[in-house]
Amino acid sequence: TTLKHTRTIATHSHPHFESAVSTIRSTVDTSSPEFKENAAQMAAITTSLRSLHERIKLGGSEEAREKHLARKKMLPRDRITALLDPGSAFLELSPLAGHLLYPGEDVPAGGIITGIGRVSGVECMVVVNDSTVKGGTYYPITVKKHIRAQAIAQENRLPCIYLVDSGGANLPHQADVFPDRDHFGRIFYNQARMSADGIPQISVVMGPCTAGGAYVPSMSDESIIVENSGTIFLAGPPLVKAATGEEVTAEALGGGALHSKVSGVTDYLAVSDAHALVLARRCIANLNYPTTTDASSEEAQTIIKDPLYDPKDLNGIASTNLRKPINPHDIISRITDSSAFSEFKRDYGATLVTGFARIHGYPVGILANNGILFSESALKGAHFIQMCAKRRIPLLFLQNISGFMVGSQAEAGGIAKNGAKLVNAVACADVPKFTVVVGASYGAGNYGMCGRAYGPRFLWMWPNARVGVMGAEQLDAVMRTVGKNVDEGLKGRIERESEAVFGSARLWDDGVIAPKDTRAMLGLGLRAAMGGSVRESDTKFGVFRM
Amino acid sequence: RWQSSSIPKARPLTGILIANRGEIALRVNRTASEYGIRTTTVYTDPDAHAQHARVTPHSVNLGPPSAYLDVDKIIKAAKERGCDSIHPGYGFLSENSAFAKRVTEEGLIFIGPPSTAIETMGNKSQSKDIMLKAGVPCIPGYHGSNQDPEFLLQEASKIGFPVLVKAVKGGGGKGMRIAKTPAEFPDMLNSAKSEARSSFGDDVVLVEKYITTPRHIEVQVFADNHGNCVALGERDCSVQRRHQKILEESPAPDLDPVLRKDIWNKARAAALAVGYQGAGTVEFIFDNDTGEFFFMEMNTRLQVEHPVTEEVTGTDLVHWQLLVAAGLPLPLTQEQIERQMEGHAFEARIYAENPDMGFVPDSGELVYLRTPKTSSTVRIDAGFGEGDVISPHYDPMIAKLIVKGPDRRAALAKLRAALGEYEVVGLSTNIEFLKKLAAHPAFIAGEVETGFIDKHRSSLFAIEPTPPEAYAQAAMSVILNGNVQQTPADPFSVWGGNVGFVGSFQERIVEFVEKKGEAESRIPVSVKQTARDTYDLTVDGKISYPSVTAHISPLEKSKVIGFYPHTRLETTVVRKEDTLVVFQRGKQYKLDTPRPAWFEKALGVADVANSVLSPMPCKVLRVSVKEGDRVAKDAPLVVIESMKMETVIRSPHDGVIAKIVHGEGDVVKAGVALVLFEEDSESESTRAAE
Repeated sequence: TTLKHTRTIATHSHPHFESAVSTIRSTVDTSSPEFKENAAQMAAITTSLRSLHERIKLGGSEEAREKHLARKKMLPRDRITALLDPGSAFLELSPLAGHLLYPGEDVPAGGIITGIGRVSGVECMVVVNDSTVKGGTYYPITVKKHIRAQAIAQENRLPCIYLVDSGGANLPHQADVFPDRDHFGRIFYNQARMSADGIPQISVVMGPCTAGGAYVPSMSDESIIVENSGTIFLAGPPLVKAATGEEVTAEALGGGALHSKVSGVTDYLAVSDAHALVLARRCIANLNYPTTTDASSEEAQTIIKDPLYDPKDLNGIASTNLRKPINPHDIISRITDSSAFSEFKRDYGATLVTGFARIHGYPVGILANNGILFSESALKGAHFIQMCAKRRIPLLFLQNISGFMVGSQAEAGGIAKNGAKLVNAVACADVPKFTVVVGASYGAGNYGMCGRAYGPRFLWMWPNARVGVMGAEQLDAVMRTVGKNVDEGLKGRIERESEAVFGSARLWDDGVIAPKDTRAMLGLGLRAAMGGSVRESDTKFGVFRM
Repeated sequence: RWQSSSIPKARPLTGILIANRGEIALRVNRTASEYGIRTTTVYTDPDAHAQHARVTPHSVNLGPPSAYLDVDKIIKAAKERGCDSIHPGYGFLSENSAFAKRVTEEGLIFIGPPSTAIETMGNKSQSKDIMLKAGVPCIPGYHGSNQDPEFLLQEASKIGFPVLVKAVKGGGGKGMRIAKTPAEFPDMLNSAKSEARSSFGDDVVLVEKYITTPRHIEVQVFADNHGNCVALGERDCSVQRRHQKILEESPAPDLDPVLRKDIWNKARAAALAVGYQGAGTVEFIFDNDTGEFFFMEMNTRLQVEHPVTEEVTGTDLVHWQLLVAAGLPLPLTQEQIERQMEGHAFEARIYAENPDMGFVPDSGELVYLRTPKTSSTVRIDAGFGEGDVISPHYDPMIAKLIVKGPDRRAALAKLRAALGEYEVVGLSTNIEFLKKLAAHPAFIAGEVETGFIDKHRSSLFAIEPTPPEAYAQAAMSVILNGNVQQTPADPFSVWGGNVGFVGSFQERIVEFVEKKGEAESRIPVSVKQTARDTYDLTVDGKISYPSVTAHISPLEKSKVIGFYPHTRLETTVVRKEDTLVVFQRGKQYKLDTPRPAWFEKALGVADVANSVLSPMPCKVLRVSVKEGDRVAKDAPLVVIESMKMETVIRSPHDGVIAKIVHGEGDVVKAGVALVLFEEDSESESTRAAE
């Protein structure tokens, strides 16, 4: 038979037409007054954040730093510079830790600098005591930050390097430092567990390691000590004298020469900080740890295309007024390679945007809020997470959520069980998860969108973001309805406690980042999670209530 | 002048053995190959990988370093390889009349003058007699055999002070002394004689008038065995160091045209007087004050500086040598030569030597070598390429840079430009010194004389400040070359950007040490990356360059291209051990990268404060002290030899010799301890001083 239509449809589709299907067309008007106002407000916040970070970066008081240098010791951040590969980035974690946390006490960065950096080609977790801050003693936030760094190292299988220079536990705070599960002892527990799990532990003793602190080098796979500077002992000379009457100098009791030549507590004796760091780099080079930095590798040759839209636009897209909706496509188009996004179920449950993209070459599944979560959006999210878990694709949550829909209609529609499906999927998906809070993070929305409790590998806050059980206004209203006494200062306090800086000081996140840096931060996080040593595990979900 | 009756049969050359090395071997090979003549080269063990050993498939190993002088082996090689002739180059056997004679006796052609001419010209007093008879002016002096010091003093007084005392067999400045007054004459005589004895085994000296502002002017002559003899213009080789030429030019500046022709004619007369054939150079001493000139000597070979003559006369003198050796007549007449002479040419000799340390020779590998682009007017005659080794066994000349221009000023400008493009790393060179020479106002003005370098010492050796951008670019080179591989797929590289309020890239401080004369300064350069390819730089805590974009050339990692707020800079930075050699805007700077404080302590580098180190690669000739000797400051300890120059190593302080590390005959590298002092001997002397 002869077909009626002689003109057929082309069977070849051109690749550039295919890619056009996935390219986001962002309609942000960077010359609009709204954009400009947002950008101006963001500029004000980032300027003050920048100067705050500059102050924190200095470390302890000038006097303390002078004293440190007079001992021919390198400042902690200089130690990091010398340790890292030249021309590589340092992904610092939670520099705001401890900010305004202890009344009357200034503890810059929580007295400990942590972050991921590349040493001899291997991405490592670097944990550095700052002895210019209260002698490097452990405040409760110091312990928390140390343990958070170890958790990141464990999840992402990053070798740990501890540059130890600490007076040990901060004694007045001992109750909040010593006894509990996630207190001081957990540091050594983690070291043992990680070492057992094949995650190398390296210590460089560049100052005192007293009492419990002595276990950091002792629990390490390899330890380096700086002579006439580093000391390791369970009790210092004063305590020894009190206990046994023995009079002994710190160097003779637990100095580098003793531990390297006699006790064997340390393995390498360095003559100075700079020498010790060279030895530490050599230790990492000898780990035979998988690296992903071979420039000739196929991966390294891959061309990564920047987004079509300038990530700097995000500073004008983000708003300090969280009531104003943000179109998540405008954010996604400024963080993904080539601004490409293969949107999944675009027209169903549209208040949650889902889809596939790449960031710095790594495939990611993105979930981004575009309004309140309804049953449909929650179901779509759970569906999408299941697929990503099956395909071992990391998940990125762009959080801007005031919560799940409330009201009789929503309850009747089973919002509770549908929301639970999303939470179940988020909780159980065993792929690296990343969360960036770009606006609000309230209530159960925080759970469904992978809040801190849901174990994202990294969680970052934009400066305008807020975290709380609900908005300060609503909370105040609820309390006025149910409460007996009216607290006039309540709204203001909740407002302050929801702020990004407040949360970051308490380590509810891994740092406050400028919106424009989002893509780069995610790139670093993805490399930390996906590069080097990776252990695959299969996702098993709990019961989905249908 | 055609003496047709005595023309021997012309016999074109078919195979030449080049009994030399380095650039002259390559130079001869170039012309021979051009005319289809097969060449055979010879090499010694240290030269096995040298360019001249590789330039032809026929290359013969002579063995030990001194074998370039092994007449038997060379003649055997020539015969075995079926050569019909031998080109001696310059140096080595080129002016050895016995060798020339032997070559001829063996039935081979010696590409050079007859042995009799070599012999005659080799004897200073005999040649002088012949010259005087031929009407060639000679410098007043006594050249007789009476060596009685009293008699020589009388002769000196007759000539008039100052006088020059010179070994008859001497050359290259050895066995030569100037006596300014009768009082110092006996001392100078003694020292000239003793040097002559040790260098030449003969202490017969002559006494001559010493000219205070002399110029060295020489005439290139060429003669064939048809009775033709031409002068291919003159060369001025006045600028010398250690009595050796470093900068030559043709024509000689500011020479009266009549005088010029007169010199040419006298040179031709000199050559004819000894029955000369082939290429030769008649050297005159020219008195700049009076315009008088006197015959000094005739070099019976093709000279190092022959290319300047080739450039201004448009000839290939090696080809001429081959023609004459083949029995053919000279290709041009005197008139033709004069008609085609045009322009001005310079030759700068690139030496491995250290001008700041009295031009002591250096040796080592040419780790990095970039040469100016050659053209019809920029020529490089070199014997070595990148990766080759300048051996301490032989002459330290690396290359000759020859430029030509329509006039002296233009040629000199070209020389300066070309020197600015000459980049050598691996050993000390005289390139920076040559740049200063070529830019010196007095040299530009043509005020040349043999004492030029001494006269202008203060300006030629003046210490110039290093521009801060040179430190900045050196630091950029260090950083960029040390950086992790920057790939788009690596978010930890700059492609990830500089993120976070703290900044994810660290400020790095690169420290340099620069030695200028006696002074030594430390220059820290802070480098902070702010974005992709973008850095904030601060030199010495004083000069800041914000937002410099810089990258290294992917093809040539030593090249740093930087865009500064005020300028663009392309800098070459090459590291050799602890030193960075920086080439920027036609100048070279040397920066040391100081070893970290922990280096010595951790690695146990020996303290050499109480020793005497060899200043250069050398051979220990004599040790003048014994272990346990107490010596005073400046007492001679060891005599070393390097590049055929003897140097006395003197005690830096009073002390007791603990150990002689290297004995007579030992060959040592630079920086090796020769003598160790007892530990406390220095402090003893310090105490004594207190």
